[in-house]
Amino acid sequence: MLALIAAHGVLAVLAPWLFARLGPRVFLVMALAPAAATAWAASSARDVVAGRPVEQATAWVPGLGLTLDLRLDALGLLMVTLVGGVGTLVLVYCAWYFPGDRQGLGRFAGVLTGFTGAMLGLVLADDLILLYVFWELTSVTSYLLIGHDDEDPESRRAAQQALLVTAFGGLTMLAGFVLLSQAAGTSSLSALLADPPSGGMVPAGLVLVLVGAFTKSAQVPFHPWLPSAMAAPTPVSAYLHAAAMVKAGVYLVARLAPAFAVVPLWRPVVLTVGLATMLVGGWRALRQTDLKRLLAFGTVSQLGFLMVLFGAGTAEAALAGAALLLAHGLFKAALFLSVGVVDHATGTRDMRELSGVGRQLPLVGLAAGSAALSMAGVPLLFGFVSKEAAYEAFLHGSTSDAIVFAGLVAGSVMTAAYSARFVWGAFATKNHLVRNEVHAPSPGLVLPVVLLAGAGLLLGVLPSLADPLVQAYAASYPGPSPEHLALWHGPTAALGWSLVTLALAALLFRSRSAVGRAQRRATRVLSRVDADRSFARVLDAVEVLARRTTAVAQSGSLPVYLGTVLATLVVLPGLALLLTSRVSADLTPWDRPLQPVVGVLIAVAAVAAARARRRFTAVLHLGAVGYGIAVLFVLHGAPDLALTQFLVETLALVIFVFVLRRLPATFVRRPARTSQAVRVGIALAVGAFVTGAVLVSGQARTAAPASQAYLDRSLDEAGGSNVVNVVLVDFRGFDTLGEITVLAVAAMGIASLVLAGRGRGSKVAAGETALTAAGGQATDEPGTSAPEAVR
Amino acid sequence: MRPVDSGAAPRLPGADEIDPVRRSVVLETVVRLVFHTVLVFSLYLLFAGHNSPGGGFVGGLVAGCAFVLRYVAAGRGALREAVPVDPGVPLGLGLVLATATGLAGLVAGGQFLESGKVSLDLPVLGVVKATSALPFDTGVFLVVLGLVLGLLRSLGAEAER
Repeated sequence: MLALIAAHGVLAVLAPWLFARLGPRVFLVMALAPAAATAWAASSARDVVAGRPVEQATAWVPGLGLTLDLRLDALGLLMVTLVGGVGTLVLVYCAWYFPGDRQGLGRFAGVLTGFTGAMLGLVLADDLILLYVFWELTSVTSYLLIGHDDEDPESRRAAQQALLVTAFGGLTMLAGFVLLSQAAGTSSLSALLADPPSGGMVPAGLVLVLVGAFTKSAQVPFHPWLPSAMAAPTPVSAYLHAAAMVKAGVYLVARLAPAFAVVPLWRPVVLTVGLATMLVGGWRALRQTDLKRLLAFGTVSQLGFLMVLFGAGTAEAALAGAALLLAHGLFKAALFLSVGVVDHATGTRDMRELSGVGRQLPLVGLAAGSAALSMAGVPLLFGFVSKEAAYEAFLHGSTSDAIVFAGLVAGSVMTAAYSARFVWGAFATKNHLVRNEVHAPSPGLVLPVVLLAGAGLLLGVLPSLADPLVQAYAASYPGPSPEHLALWHGPTAALGWSLVTLALAALLFRSRSAVGRAQRRATRVLSRVDADRSFARVLDAVEVLARRTTAVAQSGSLPVYLGTVLATLVVLPGLALLLTSRVSADLTPWDRPLQPVVGVLIAVAAVAAARARRRFTAVLHLGAVGYGIAVLFVLHGAPDLALTQFLVETLALVIFVFVLRRLPATFVRRPARTSQAVRVGIALAVGAFVTGAVLVSGQARTAAPASQAYLDRSLDEAGGSNVVNVVLVDFRGFDTLGEITVLAVAAMGIASLVLAGRGRGSKVAAGETALTAAGGQATDEPGTSAPEAVR
Repeated sequence: MRPVDSGAAPRLPGADEIDPVRRSVVLETVVRLVFHTVLVFSLYLLFAGHNSPGGGFVGGLVAGCAFVLRYVAAGRGALREAVPVDPGVPLGLGLVLATATGLAGLVAGGQFLESGKVSLDLPVLGVVKATSALPFDTGVFLVVLGLVLGLLRSLGAEAER
């Protein structure tokens, strides 16, 4: 299993390189990875359906108890089939969809393959933390895929929205995972489900996890990112936003429901959100004229449907959910890909411009038509079988079941109506429109559509093919095993309701112009609660808040920053020091008579530096302070410290002088008298505090000094007798590595700060192409400018 | 290039970019004399650091000072002649070297940054003991040198323009 996921990663990394050699056919190579995953899943299907999941554990971070636990059970098998199978077809489709000279196609192929691998990992992970890692990987790759057309602002906005919403959900979910695994004492998913924890933390954790699932699966009120994500290339929409990624949230609910649906909070939350999503999505889909946006809102609606089915927590509903999961993956991917074909052949996907496409592309029209019938829930198609099972699950229960049932019927009516609208919009011949010119699509584009739609038809006629798999998943729920999937259950109430649904949908579709008017009127009222606008408002509010906070906290005045830091130092640790510590009177004034002399000199230089009017004088006095401290180091017998201090002081002095060339000779303004008093006060307080802290900490020792151990071990273990250096490069080598990294970062930061600002200025002044800020070498530059003019 | 007065022959390479009137013969000559000595001293500090005062940090600072002297004596032309590479090069090399030394400990089967010792019997020098701290310290040396060169360039040479 790990090897399969890793294969996706390896191919993803190789993709740009392969693209340079193969062109768009690189997608066919990429398709090998998900195809292998599908084949592997098919070969293990017999064991898994029989109730023997495939498991694999690899050590990851043993220190933290993290392992790469992977597990293939019935639900996993269903998802792998979907992710791998649809993924293979979509990648094959891509090979003919994109023109070969499209910018960044190699990167695109890599990211799409990487996404497939992450999605496989997500559905196979048997550890909460591992699942979270894959979850975020799908968020990041989907961000890159939505934003593929990176010069289009709309596509960038959509990508950012998707990332913000799903990453917000992901972080919330992580918090939920932590709560759950704390309550259970394990982060293993199968252990968690086998022995569900209880207690106050569990409902809280579950709600957090559900927020994550809702954002990923575009549930109300987080749904707007999904229609926006239609800015992505069509194969991405077909795969991520129909078959794979948006199913992650549904998958998580399906995964947790067998154990946690009994928690009191679960059902109301999931059922309410799911139903609301189903209705809102269906309502919005009825109004769209862009075929992709129509399908996107349809997907939102169907995801709500799936949430309801998995959230109900009964074996019957779960059976219907698993069947619908499969059915939806098949028909929605087929529909999206057919939109891609239509778009490719006519150059538009606006149904107000399309006419007569079905006559000219009969095969695509037929395949998409059968997929749409499956979505509408017409008999002989798999969508019908799953919806029938869903009706059955809610028909014979309590009042709350009846409410849910009514919602499902309403949602299904809208689903059937927008299915009809889709077929009519994409393929019908409309009398008032000019027929489109159609370029014949290549077989590579048509084949995946036909295969996906054909699979829906096959499973619709012979539902017994899928039955063992969905039964195996339903068996994980408590209670009696539900009825088998079948095309014909006899004249049941569910069948009657299915017919009512289709009849109402036909009515809704026929009166579509009236519906359109009603929707426009309603929209005027409802625009206040539009979720997409609320998202934009929240984003704006965050930005405003950030700007105001920055304006208050970052005044840009160095004295204020320094004063704040120092005043905090004096007030907080200073008060603690004053209240709790004692200094014994047993102090040695000095070891050598030279020390007080140097000390007085340092103090005099420091006062002189503070009083200086000219910058240069102040810098020289500061240098004197530094050298004085270096002399103190020498007097204490610390040659390494003294050497370093001397050198740093010298260099600092030189660099100060460099900078002074560009500054006025004197300090521009003397501070006002009151602020001067404040500064003197802070300075004295800091001095007193530091003196006190040194005295107290010097006498507070309770353990033996660490330095003795260093001295003992230095020569034997590290082979050096200069213990200062051994500490730096050996005992505390990790610290040193960190420090030199900081040095490197600081050097780059200074260079870009100084040079970036100057690059712009000098370009204007000299009217020549200035050197780029950080990278340019000084040698490239002709020596025409006159340094003495600056001096 | 600015035409140079024939009377003022360059004492430091690259120094002819500044106005001949402003050039200091004494300073340039002295810097030319001590430059290599300072560099050798910085290497001494680097190699001796494990057993007596010194080390990569101090060595790097001293080496940096050598270039500061060149710049102060003869301007950015001299600095450019002395350091034909971008300061990013020593910075990057140093980081790579230090990290690689740490990883070598891992590869050799120990912990990250675990030190190792080698004793070599070289023909002229006799028995030389070396520890893995030396390449690590050399990395520190290069990073510090790169930092000083970077500061010289961004705050010194570029600020002249």
